[in-house]
Amino acid sequence: MISFVLIRLLRAVLTVLLVMTFAFFVLRLSGDPALIMLGPDAPTEAVAAFRAAWGLDDPLWRQYLSYLHGIVTLDFGVSMRDRSPALDLVLERIPATLALTIPALILKVAIGIPAGVYAALHRQSIADRGVILLSVMGFTLPSFVLGLLLVLVFAVQLGWFPSGGQDSWRHAVLPVLTLSIGGIGILARFSRSAMIEVLGQPYIRTALAKGVSWRDVVWKHALPNASVPIVTIIGFMIGSLVAGAVVVESIFSWPGVGRLLIVSVANRDLAVVQAILMVIAATMVLANLCVDIAYGLLDPRLRARTTAA
Amino acid sequence: MMLLEAHGLVRTYLTRKSMFTPPEAVRAVDGVDLVLAPGEALGLVGESGSGKSTLGRMLLGIDPPDAGEIRFNGAPMPALGTASWRKLRAQMQMVFQDPLAALDRRLPIAEQIAEPLAIHGIGTASERNDRARSLMAQVGLRVDQAGRFPHELSGGQRQRVVIARALATSPRLLVCDEPVSALDVSIQAQVVNLLRDLQDRHGIAMVFISHDLKVVRNICDRVAVMYLGRIVEEASSDDIFSSPRHPYTRALAASVPIPGARLDPSTLLQGEPPNPARRPEGCAFHPRCTLMRPGCAGAVPRLLPTTPTRRSACPVVAA
Amino acid sequence: MTLVRIRDLRVAFDGVPVLHGINLDISAGETVGLVGESGCGKSVTWLAALGLLPAKARITGTVETAGSDLVSGGRSVLETIRGGRIAMIFQDPSSALNPVRRVGQQIAEALRLHRGLRGAAARAEAISLLDRVGIPDAARRLDLYPHEFSGGQCQRVMIAMALAGQPDLLIADEPTTALDATIQAQILALLTEVQRETGMAMVFISHDLGAVGAVCDRVAVMYAGRIVEEARREPLFAAPRHPYTRGLFDAIPRLDGPRSRLVPIPGTVPDPKNTPAGCAFSPRCARATSLCASERPTLLPQSDGRALACFHPVPAATLVSREGVFA
Repeated sequence: MISFVLIRLLRAVLTVLLVMTFAFFVLRLSGDPALIMLGPDAPTEAVAAFRAAWGLDDPLWRQYLSYLHGIVTLDFGVSMRDRSPALDLVLERIPATLALTIPALILKVAIGIPAGVYAALHRQSIADRGVILLSVMGFTLPSFVLGLLLVLVFAVQLGWFPSGGQDSWRHAVLPVLTLSIGGIGILARFSRSAMIEVLGQPYIRTALAKGVSWRDVVWKHALPNASVPIVTIIGFMIGSLVAGAVVVESIFSWPGVGRLLIVSVANRDLAVVQAILMVIAATMVLANLCVDIAYGLLDPRLRARTTAA
Repeated sequence: MMLLEAHGLVRTYLTRKSMFTPPEAVRAVDGVDLVLAPGEALGLVGESGSGKSTLGRMLLGIDPPDAGEIRFNGAPMPALGTASWRKLRAQMQMVFQDPLAALDRRLPIAEQIAEPLAIHGIGTASERNDRARSLMAQVGLRVDQAGRFPHELSGGQRQRVVIARALATSPRLLVCDEPVSALDVSIQAQVVNLLRDLQDRHGIAMVFISHDLKVVRNICDRVAVMYLGRIVEEASSDDIFSSPRHPYTRALAASVPIPGARLDPSTLLQGEPPNPARRPEGCAFHPRCTLMRPGCAGAVPRLLPTTPTRRSACPVVAA
Repeated sequence: MTLVRIRDLRVAFDGVPVLHGINLDISAGETVGLVGESGCGKSVTWLAALGLLPAKARITGTVETAGSDLVSGGRSVLETIRGGRIAMIFQDPSSALNPVRRVGQQIAEALRLHRGLRGAAARAEAISLLDRVGIPDAARRLDLYPHEFSGGQCQRVMIAMALAGQPDLLIADEPTTALDATIQAQILALLTEVQRETGMAMVFISHDLGAVGAVCDRVAVMYAGRIVEEARREPLFAAPRHPYTRGLFDAIPRLDGPRSRLVPIPGTVPDPKNTPAGCAFSPRCARATSLCASERPTLLPQSDGRALACFHPVPAATLVSREGVFA
């Protein structure tokens, strides 16, 4: 088990490193930060001084090496815009993002799974059809459309909730709703199909033949078997806790990581963009690791295959 | 001359219990010699894990041996995938247990029956079409069913399609792996009779792999009993079940219920077939054997002729 | 004493009838075989009786046991009967056990439901049950998962689980079909042995006449959703009277005697959507007359104690002996 976790951890670090290397080169090939920071009309000397100060005149490989050296010493560079450490800028924005994505995740799980299970147990009923319809709408509607729709109805027409800002919990309601509706649909769909498949398995019939009540068959026999595909989806959602709110934060002017990313990309604030991408990659990889461990806990057959004897 | 000769066949698989344990070598087939005369039907029987299916695929060259040699019609079997092997495949065909999996569900059955002819470039399109129809008649399918798709046929009819397709290139050898196991009793008898008729009429040699001793005995001239990758006894199908010599053959024959007779618990074979990865020392059967002697755990007994038509790998019984 | 009384049990899927009125009594302690080919309704009969069919199945008739009717009784009646008075084991034991729960937990669940045992008492009883069905090293293997057992051992676990509720009747639905011949014989021997010790009755559902003959006292042969012949084991195997029963015997190859051509039953089982008028077997029957094609024979008691649904049965005089069939 320990060697299993170590190997996975090593692979995780390698994945993050690859993402960061990719980001490093793509960012440097996509426009000159000096021109963007100083504006197209800046005097040539100012541009040259800026480039020299940030090491942008060095050959690419040398910039990369010094970047790598920085990472090893936990120095992720400073923002070209306000000269504060890039990582700090990112970290201080994370709570704001999580304030949206964590309630959204809770809503997804708390509504999506029960709705899917209920639909599976009442197939072909009106409730089942309703769940299918809503879930299709939920995950086909892009969040910028859904977000604007909610603003139109609940902020502009009804005036119940503010359309932007971060001053009270009421400001969070619409962005959280926008974030969660698609995920509720996806989870409901997956829970429904996983439950339907499991309920058709021979061991469900065995449990019934044994005299187990229908409620216990559903909760103790079916749901644990259906949980592997559901956990995969939840893992994916956990992986996007930090990065999943870029569009929604922009719509609702919510000062989270997503907004920072958009501003930093527009400004070619290289260090900040790289730090954000690293944090995003790290959460994704970490979530994946959690999913793999959860698999082993949920299904002994997978445990036998992935852990050392 | 023998149609098929196999000497010292070995097939080893590597399996891993987990990602971090070194792979284990499992000898699925472990030193098999056998011969098959033209037109002869040989049965391969044994429990799951005995290596009978692997051996069947090896005899067609689909599964290359790790050691040993196969000669078809006196010449060494060409390597898998080479042009000469593909050419030889026209003379050797295979029939599997599940006809639905063996057929393409989007093609009408007559086209599938003619497919091997097209692959081997035999005849013109209209000749192939005629041949497909005559094959359908031979296996008991109606010619008006030519345009049907596999899902429109019953299980027995599908297996007839598979057999017709295997016969298309007029093979000299047919390897059948559990061809009637998935069929109901009444349909199974139809297909068994069909295979017997085809053999009589065309003189096709057959290797018939099955766990059903009754069916094997009915179809085959000779039977080889396998246990953990080795042949432990081989004799004519009349002799082998009426007077089994090897203790394993005896137990196998005793486990077949005779309609109308009560079960006799005294002849039961104890225990389960061992894991092929942990083959017992010496005679692999000795831990389950009622005749076990101290020497049985020592050397692996050799398959030796006991009479001119019989080979057995048990020194205790031979003595 | 009659344990279970089935009267006019009918099942239809999506309006297509697959079971056409089954009458069957099971007495305490006896072993009844249900034989027939796929789709004849032998499994559906008992899945319907225990309410284990999918919701789309329409079930009518009565299944009386312990003073209540299982068909009309609803979920609460079924849940007290299932696993307690009537237990059931299935084909393909490896997939009939829950893959994510330890076998000990699965047995203990039945012990809790039917005998109120919990904790250490349940564990001790589970060990003795596993021991009873011939699982070596039971105390340790209690904590293993189903995938760590072979197919034959999974069936032993299933039997242990069925015994946990101390049933009066065990329904064994093709319990040995997926197993090797040697393991099949072991399971048959185990079932017979357990039955002798506990005195429970058993219904043995199988397509294999040999296996049925090895364990059963009484045999009912089914075809296309009906019982066509029912008799005690000896008379049935000595002289099958329904042409279908006779056909089944003739179609089975033998391990002794001459290796003659088999006598198959021509044609195939009818599609339930399109069953022939009259006797469902008539299109495949060599003895059929025009009467058979238009009228349906009912299952009637015969003078020798068997019940038969045939206008032109095989004469009682032609005995099936080993030589006789092939003469």
